[in-house]
Formats: sequence, C-alpha cells, structure tokens
Amino acid sequence: MHTYVYRLNVLLTEAITLLALMCAIASLSDKLNVASPSADIQVLHINWFHKQRNGNDEVSLTMNVSADLKSTFTWNTKQVFVFLAAEYETEKNYLNQISLWDAIIPSKEQAKFSYHTINKYRFTDQGNSLRGKKYNLTLHWHVMPKTGKMFSDRIVTTGHSLPEEYI
Amino acid sequence: MDWQGQKLSEQLMQIMLLAFAVGAFATGYVIGSFQMMMLIYAGGVVLTTLITVPNWPFYNRHQLNWLDLSEAEKHPKPQVQQHISSSSKKKSSKK
Repeated sequence: MHTYVYRLNVLLTEAITLLALMCAIASLSDKLNVASPSADIQVLHINWFHKQRNGNDEVSLTMNVSADLKSTFTWNTKQVFVFLAAEYETEKNYLNQISLWDAIIPSKEQAKFSYHTINKYRFTDQGNSLRGKKYNLTLHWHVMPKTGKMFSDRIVTTGHSLPEEYI
Repeated sequence: MDWQGQKLSEQLMQIMLLAFAVGAFATGYVIGSFQMMMLIYAGGVVLTTLITVPNWPFYNRHQLNWLDLSEAEKHPKPQVQQHISSSSKKKSSKK
C-alpha cells in the first residue's frame, strides 16, 4: 500500500468484487418474488380462412389479448418480452407453435394491458390440416433481469377451434 | 506514507467500500430502484478513492526515526569472515 498506484489497484479490485457480489444478491432476491400473473385471450372474429396457392392453410384472427403481468416485475427487472403462440398437435408433430403476436413491456406501469389486435405474424400451417383443428392460445413471457438469468413462464388458454370450412 | 498510514488507509478502504455496498444495496432494495443502488455505490467508490488513494498528511504522522550513521558505527555488524575461515579450515582438515 506504499504507492498510490498500488492503492488504486487494490481499491478497484475490491470495488468490482463487491459490485459483483451485490449483483449476485440482487439476482437472488428475485427468487423471493412470487408472481401471480393473469391473462385472458379471446378470439373475437375469424377474418378469413383459406388455402394458399401452394396448398398451405392460412387463417387471420382478430383477438383481444389482455393480461396483468405486473407481479413479474421486481426492482431487478429490465423488461418483459411477451408473445402469443397458437399451439396445436398434428399427426406428424406433437407440438406446433406459431407466434401470432408479441410485445416488449419496458416498465411495470405498462404490464397491465389489453390489446385489440389482428395476428401480427401469419398463422399458416405446413399443409392443409387446419380445418376443424383444436388449438391453444398460449401467452408466453420472458422476464429479462438487469443482472442474472433470464427466465420464462406462460399461461395456456384452451378450447379454441378453427371452422370446418374455409371462409 | 508511513507504515501506520498504510495500515490505516487499507482498513479505511475496506470498511468504507463494504459500508457503501451494504448501504447502497439496502437503499436500492427498499425503494425498488436498481439505478439508485448503482449511483450510491459509484459515489461511495469515488469518495473512498479520494480519501484513501492520495498521500494525505494524516497518513504520515508516524515517521520512522532512522538511527544516525555514527550510532551504527558504534555497533558493528557481526563479522561473517570468521565463520567462512573456520569452515574452510574444516574442509582443509578433511583433506
């Protein structure tokens, strides 16, 4: 500790070590937060449902996506990425996921939302098996903390089905 | 900076950094602001730097009093030469 360079070296090393420790504890403090999110997804209208020229089914939906994700926000949360996926089973694949809509929630104040929207991304199947298909609309979200590991959760709404005939 | 000063500055550095880290974390957690935690801690690190890094006068209050040169001459170092000569004798005696 006899020269100022040596003291500065020790100080910076200690300061950064403590900062890393603080960030680690901040990340651990997220575990104390018990989230109780809720979501409600309704299909208001099927705008059209047809077979594309290449033979794939495509459907356009008008939906109301409302959710309250306020409880997922803690002091260590930077933002929450949320997306809505249509999930269904086919003969070939146990789980098909199609992302229909997404949003980035930058703050707790905006975490309670209700969007009236058509599907932002195409709801298209590989093939023509969408007629009469039962599907789930699942709201997935990824919590991105300021420090620490990203984690995700979801809410599934079941009981949606597509019409037997093209519209 | 003398020996006591070095000890003092190291202790001050550790205590201040730890205190600011604990204080910043507690404040940030209670008011729910990560940014406030970082600001308090950054301020604390700057303050600690200003207090412990420069060679302030209060780190130099225990200067070492070196003996005068004449004092050293009165108490000469134990001579090593005798030892060497005795060992060389042993070696020669073995031969």
